[in-house]
Amino acid sequence: MFELLGITPQALYGQLLVGLINGSFYAILSLGLAVIFGMLNIINFSHGAQYMMGAFIAWIGLTQVGQWIGDPGFSVSYWTALLLSPLLVGAFGIVIERTMLRHLYKLDHLYGLLLTFGIALIIEGLFRDWYGISGQQYEIPEALQGAINLGFMFLPKYRAWVIVASLVVCFATWYVIERTKLGAYLRAGTENPKLTQAFGINVPLMITLTYGFGVALAAFAGVLAAPIFTVGPKMGADLIIVVFAVVVIGGMGSILGSIVTGLALGLIEGLTKVFYSEASAVVIFVIMVIVLLVRPAGLFGRER
Amino acid sequence: MSRTALGFILLIIAGVVAPWLNIYPTFLMKGWCFALFACAFNLLLGYTGLLSFGHAAFFGAASYITGHALKVWGLPPEIGLLAGTVFAGVLGYLFGSLAIRRAGIYFAMITLALAQMLYFVWLQMKFTGGEDGLQGVPRGMMFGVIDLTNNVNLYYVVFAIFLFGFFMIYRTIHSPFGQVLKSIRENEPRSISLGYDVAKYKLLAFVISATLSGLAGATKTVVFQLASLTDAHWHMSGEVVLMTLLGGMGTVFGPVVGAFVIVTLQNELADKVGSWVQVIMGFIFVICVLAFRRGIVGELMALFRNLYQRPVGLSARQADVKDTKA
Amino acid sequence: MKHKLMFALVSAALMSLPAGVALAQQKKADAKPAAVKLSDGMVKIGILTDLSGTYSDLAGSGSVLAAKMAIEDFQAQEKDRAFKIELVTADHQNKGDVASNRAREWFERDQVDMIGDLVTTSTALAVMPVAKQMNRITIVSGAASTPITGKNCTDLNVHYVYDTYALAVGTGKAVVKQGGDTWFFLTADYAFGHALEKDTTEVVIANGGKVLGSVRHPFPGTDFSSFLLKAQASGAKVIGLANAGADTQNAIKQAAEFGITPKQSLAGLLMFISDIHSLGLKATQGMYLTEGFYWDFNDETRAWSKRFFEKHKRMPTMVQAGVYSSTLHYLKAVKAAGTDEAKAVMKKMKETPVNDFFAKNAKIRDDGRLVHDFYLLQVKKPQESKSPWDYYHVRQVIKAEDAVMPGAKTECPLLKM
Repeated sequence: MFELLGITPQALYGQLLVGLINGSFYAILSLGLAVIFGMLNIINFSHGAQYMMGAFIAWIGLTQVGQWIGDPGFSVSYWTALLLSPLLVGAFGIVIERTMLRHLYKLDHLYGLLLTFGIALIIEGLFRDWYGISGQQYEIPEALQGAINLGFMFLPKYRAWVIVASLVVCFATWYVIERTKLGAYLRAGTENPKLTQAFGINVPLMITLTYGFGVALAAFAGVLAAPIFTVGPKMGADLIIVVFAVVVIGGMGSILGSIVTGLALGLIEGLTKVFYSEASAVVIFVIMVIVLLVRPAGLFGRER
Repeated sequence: MSRTALGFILLIIAGVVAPWLNIYPTFLMKGWCFALFACAFNLLLGYTGLLSFGHAAFFGAASYITGHALKVWGLPPEIGLLAGTVFAGVLGYLFGSLAIRRAGIYFAMITLALAQMLYFVWLQMKFTGGEDGLQGVPRGMMFGVIDLTNNVNLYYVVFAIFLFGFFMIYRTIHSPFGQVLKSIRENEPRSISLGYDVAKYKLLAFVISATLSGLAGATKTVVFQLASLTDAHWHMSGEVVLMTLLGGMGTVFGPVVGAFVIVTLQNELADKVGSWVQVIMGFIFVICVLAFRRGIVGELMALFRNLYQRPVGLSARQADVKDTKA
Repeated sequence: MKHKLMFALVSAALMSLPAGVALAQQKKADAKPAAVKLSDGMVKIGILTDLSGTYSDLAGSGSVLAAKMAIEDFQAQEKDRAFKIELVTADHQNKGDVASNRAREWFERDQVDMIGDLVTTSTALAVMPVAKQMNRITIVSGAASTPITGKNCTDLNVHYVYDTYALAVGTGKAVVKQGGDTWFFLTADYAFGHALEKDTTEVVIANGGKVLGSVRHPFPGTDFSSFLLKAQASGAKVIGLANAGADTQNAIKQAAEFGITPKQSLAGLLMFISDIHSLGLKATQGMYLTEGFYWDFNDETRAWSKRFFEKHKRMPTMVQAGVYSSTLHYLKAVKAAGTDEAKAVMKKMKETPVNDFFAKNAKIRDDGRLVHDFYLLQVKKPQESKSPWDYYHVRQVIKAEDAVMPGAKTECPLLKM
């Protein structure tokens, strides 16, 4: 069969694995968007910029902080950054929510989109002015250097780690939201904020924290991406539009849906690269068109 | 004489006189092209309540088609402009029929994704020249008699095209069709219950908006003699949103003001602050959304209304200038 | 009624205001046809480059500095101060339309006489016809594609530094001779990448090599892993990177990650010393590349580069060195011609050979190509590098006549006459 298709099984498996890695990023990012959308009813256009911030903070920690504090030996390791960067970016998100987004809830949701678009422009512009547009390199942490020989391909250890880490984070998020008491509050707040508030739950605080968490997810993805992709101000902008298409395909109704869609589309994109790589940039958009024709609410969505 | 008519006359006078005021004509022409683009966009956002984040698709597509028609096929400029505009209209029909299946935020994301898809198509097609763009598009002789290589001739042709598009939009807004659009914006379920086929109205508005955006893009190609990926990139879509928002969405003259302010800022700031332009644009965006949702023209009108204490009860015509849907 | 009137007036005022402020100089430009002698006793040079984008490291502010140094050096040589020189700069963001608009403004409004640098093909090709139309000079140092002196050539343009043909001849030939006779291309999917792939393919085949295939990646690309796996599956000895800037850097990084590089080797077809600097020697050691200038070549290059380094804190790339050399050459030609009228200056520029640290006895051909030597370089191992920026072994000096596309092969009509 493989001979018929003109490719070797090795190449096929290799591409599928690579697709799965990309899918992991789509999954974390679209998950973050879905969590935010569920609670705030806005699409966070600055998600890509916050993903980029996450990567940049990791890079700054590794290479710049030492010079800033006058101790060139000092640097923030990858593992610390993996925790610290989402916290910082999450805190930044909370500030934005408290000072700006909050004032827009009573208006049309489109204003939230416009505001976050403006914020994305500012963040991207600032990082571009500070660090230039050409990317910065981030070394793969020592423990994850090298590759595992799977027989049919070399799987770099770091990429395997990316898949594992993102799956763990995605499913932990899913578990918290769908299976715990905290998640139940969240879902209640999504369904009927007024009633939930009446039960004595602090809904505004929950909204704030949800936004912070969604943004932190983006930053986490950013740190994961830093050693693979060049850390540059445009890294998020290019990705986020694809993630939007992923979100439209999945529909934002369900947490699990956005995770599964993200992973699946990564795989499909990988397959396209095997058979007709020129189309790999558009395949997700084409799928989006088909889904819209067949199921306008998205695969896992319900019409609101 | 109605006030809008007065506005029109002043607009025309400003447009006719401007090139004699020592103003760099290419800059003015750019302004008029973007003003038309923003007005066409405003028809959709301001009057139908649909936020398209992919309008660069139509601007860029027309730009490429016109460029190709003039450069490779050697067609006269009027036919080239027409070809680009018609193409944008057809594209608008295709995108529109897909996008109006969803509303609100989804609509915005779908238009954005579709436009991005088209962007990749242009990138890979041979005739667009990919990253290099279509360079050196000839301006030619309009109708065989007007020599467009002369900047003054070209300026008045561009201004006339703008006026034509602007008037079309004005007529659309103030027709019964436009009233239905506004009713959809205000309350879609009610419009449906009144028996209007809302999807059809939205689609038609989308197509008109796309066509006129195409006209703007096509004209831009003739002015700058090139078509490039910039015209089709999503930053362009964001820019036209900003122009409309800043000038005042849902106002007739707002997008024109917004377009000129943004084009001026870009021109003037580029030399002084370099790459900070993007940061400044971002801040304008944020400020507009947070504190300035009526835009320049909307705020000015509110100011005058307050100053003169006009009774706020109002004819339909006054209503349409007031409603900025803040 | 009244307030509407005021509103309309204000709108009109708002619309015409920016324009009014903007351009009082316009009339001056209109009144004055192409200058016959030094316009206002002043020569204006514009450096149009990428100040914020992917190529800002290899051109950008370094190019501006190079032009500034050229002007200062020229004025220091001409102590009696032959004429006043002004430098203007702008960021074209690597976009053809931005570049063309800026050039139009500079020519029409600000009386700029020459535009230099023009990094990236799209901006160079956008500005050249505008300059030609307005009878001004362009000197391309930053862009690479051969059409600049091929089918898009103009008689008022100079292509000063490097092009895809020279890179292919240098790197492609060298790699095949080292035994890398089977190739697979990783090509940026746009005109420049295609040109580079095509030029290199010809060279590989002419030297007895074979091309097994190619894959085109989106521009700009971030993840190259799947394309690299394809290249790996092809079994080719050499993976040719027909891309530039961040794309090349990413591809190199990821090739190492997937265990491709020690077994198959990479050939960066367009790389600059700034790329090596940001990738580090560990990732790039042993690679062959071709440049038109290397700071550590001889005493002359070292002397100039040290001066450059003191101000810029980075060693010059070939583009930046080219901007200096070409600007100085231009200024000397203006002086010799006694005018800044483009045709006369260009005539002098073509008559006089370039003779400085950048090029020795190099002449500008009628299609605008500066015919000069290139260097085949190999990146040092980390332990071989003795000081910062000590990155290359110079493996071969490629003689000008071999490195530059022969006149008979170009499509430029100016050479056919």
